[in-house]
Amino acid sequence: MNASGQRARSTRRAVVTLAAAAALYELMARSGLFPAALMPTLPTVATTLTAMLLDGTMLRHAIYTLYRLLFGLGLAIAVGLPLGILMGRFRAVEHFFLPLVSVLMPIPSLAWVPVFILWFGIGNTTTILIVFYSATFPMLLNAWTGVRSVNPLWLRAAGAMGAQGHVLFWKVIIPGASPFIIIGFRQAVLRAWIAVVGAEIIAASAWGLGWVIYDAKEFLNADVMLASLAVIGCIGFFFERLVLGAIERATILRWGMVQTAKS
Amino acid sequence: MVARTAFPFVVVGGVWELVARSGIFPRRLFPPLEEIADTFWRLTAAGILPHHALETVVRLIVGFGMGAVVGVALGIIMGRSRRAEDIFLPLVSIGAPIPGLAYAPLFLLWFGLGEVGAVILVGFVSAFPIILNSWTGVKAVKEIWIRAAQVMGANDRRLFRQVILPGALPYILTGLRLGLAQAWRILVGVEMLAAVPWGLGWMIFGAREFLNTDVMLAGIVVIGAIGLALEKLVFQRLEQFTVVRWGMITS
Amino acid sequence: MYHIEVRNVTLAYDTPGGRVPGVQDVSFSLEASEFLCIVGRSGCGKTTLLNILAGFLTPAEGEIRVGGKAIAGHGLDRGIVFQDFAQLFPWRTALENVAFGLEMKGVPQAEREAIAMKQLELVKLEKFARSYPHHLSGGMQQRVAIARALAYSPAVLLMDEPFAALDALTREEMQRLLADVWRETRKTVIYVTHNVAEAVFLADRVVVMTPHPGTVKAELPIRLSRPRDPLSVEFLEYQKELLRHLTEQAAKA
Repeated sequence: MNASGQRARSTRRAVVTLAAAAALYELMARSGLFPAALMPTLPTVATTLTAMLLDGTMLRHAIYTLYRLLFGLGLAIAVGLPLGILMGRFRAVEHFFLPLVSVLMPIPSLAWVPVFILWFGIGNTTTILIVFYSATFPMLLNAWTGVRSVNPLWLRAAGAMGAQGHVLFWKVIIPGASPFIIIGFRQAVLRAWIAVVGAEIIAASAWGLGWVIYDAKEFLNADVMLASLAVIGCIGFFFERLVLGAIERATILRWGMVQTAKS
Repeated sequence: MVARTAFPFVVVGGVWELVARSGIFPRRLFPPLEEIADTFWRLTAAGILPHHALETVVRLIVGFGMGAVVGVALGIIMGRSRRAEDIFLPLVSIGAPIPGLAYAPLFLLWFGLGEVGAVILVGFVSAFPIILNSWTGVKAVKEIWIRAAQVMGANDRRLFRQVILPGALPYILTGLRLGLAQAWRILVGVEMLAAVPWGLGWMIFGAREFLNTDVMLAGIVVIGAIGLALEKLVFQRLEQFTVVRWGMITS
Repeated sequence: MYHIEVRNVTLAYDTPGGRVPGVQDVSFSLEASEFLCIVGRSGCGKTTLLNILAGFLTPAEGEIRVGGKAIAGHGLDRGIVFQDFAQLFPWRTALENVAFGLEMKGVPQAEREAIAMKQLELVKLEKFARSYPHHLSGGMQQRVAIARALAYSPAVLLMDEPFAALDALTREEMQRLLADVWRETRKTVIYVTHNVAEAVFLADRVVVMTPHPGTVKAELPIRLSRPRDPLSVEFLEYQKELLRHLTEQAAKA
């Protein structure tokens, strides 16, 4: 069987699987074994989702979440990237920050939520700082690794051609480190996404996709929960496949600097 | 070497101490280091901190253990059978990008607010990276190893045990490592949401009510220590004994 | 009776661009203990042919007989050495790699380790029995691979450019070692290469293959006494003749 035939078969099976999973869920929901509040039927979920999309509440929740996500992510890049590069270039910076990083990194960002709530109250600041905390480390570590792993041959070649100082830095070191920096960015986005939803759930604040899920639990609104989960899944999928995938295809994959896993 | 490692902590500790004692922030919210250390010893001596930590670690082990067993098995099956891959991959790819804690309210609603819901969630969330990496690992086993083994008369069972499993091990270990890290991150959050009487996440979240910042920070120290120990002691050892020794990854 | 008979073997590949003939109507045969080299440029189907001989591919037409029996799939009667150093199992030591085939046969551990050790001695690697592959050089890894292919005593040894990725000095050393191993073990060997000098040095007979489609262009027995001197006039004459067969085809294409 040729490759395109195999792909068509895979797609067909994927559709069948998802349909079967949906049907199974629907069957359980309608069987009456579980309270309807806990396991709403799919049409109920769809109705709730449509209603929330149409009256703009879902959009508002999503905008709050994305605002916190991007703000925290921006901070993480602004701090993590330069610091990581400096650590890769200067031993003194590395010696100072590496021990701190290795001690702080294993602490889950959500562990800081209660402390940050006390310090900054419930709301945007706490959530943004949690996002910042979770996204900084992958950014920083990858920038650091990237700068250190720049092929010494490139440095010598560039040096032989007269590059030094900031020319060497911008024309050789940064492009050479960029595969790692892009991977770091990818990890940072995914971590930030996990953190923002988690922080919203715990540090509830009236708006945000994480908050709406948690709030729905209080009132046993499983349909709202599933509708929000669907939106969260779609946004996550969008980031993962379209945004990050496009960035990688346009850069490191085009340069052939990473091998895509054999399938 | 020790002095060089200690230096940044001394600096950060000094700054912390200065800010704490300056009176800019209320002492309850920004306690000096000695108060945190004091609380740490007091809670440890009273057995409270160890009890919280123990409950958390047990939850982690049980949840992650379930996730690991199911994840490795499912990932390997998906890697070996095209049909299984077509069936499960869509479900896994839809479930994986959703942040773990977003499932928490749903799981707590379905499986109860307590222990069961929390542990199942931890297992569920940690299974995703394990499935995906085991699956990739089985598919990345070099064709030449399989051919060489077949030529030497390996049957399917032996091919699986002696070639595919060790060949996929670097990926499987990576998956377990990522899964454990995810489980750990999620567990702390879940303990804040679920109604469990013990657990580090619960302890630091509960301390919020009484503005016990020192308790929270003592708890975070323990959380960090456990996280570090999981990474350094468990997985680095395991890798040293297997894939690093075989030269399949560089340490 | 011939030890190996290849009769009218034909196999085409399906690619996105259409059917590509891999090998077409290839026939030749080998006596027991004969060393045959298949020489050709890349794309002439020599590796495809070796994969058919090993049993990884099934020919569309024709058949291959080993010891009078038509082959179906791979079997313990044929050992194979690939070009890729990665063919060794990285999670097994050199000794454990060599013992793999015996383990599959169910030979007890002490016995199979003794046999594997003998094979490692044959390729002069007994000192490295407990080393993992990544600690061995490329040439040493290929020697382990040869020992591994011989350990379960197949009658036939199939070799797919095993020394192509080695540096020139190591390659020469390996060729001498292989010639010694062959003299001692008397296996029937089919050795695929694109290196003409290598073929003249090793082979009793050389089969020249040409591409589009992969067919046998010529067969040339090498009547030189062993050990052979690569600098002798006769040796160079053989090389010239093989090169003539190969370049004629290139000029035509």
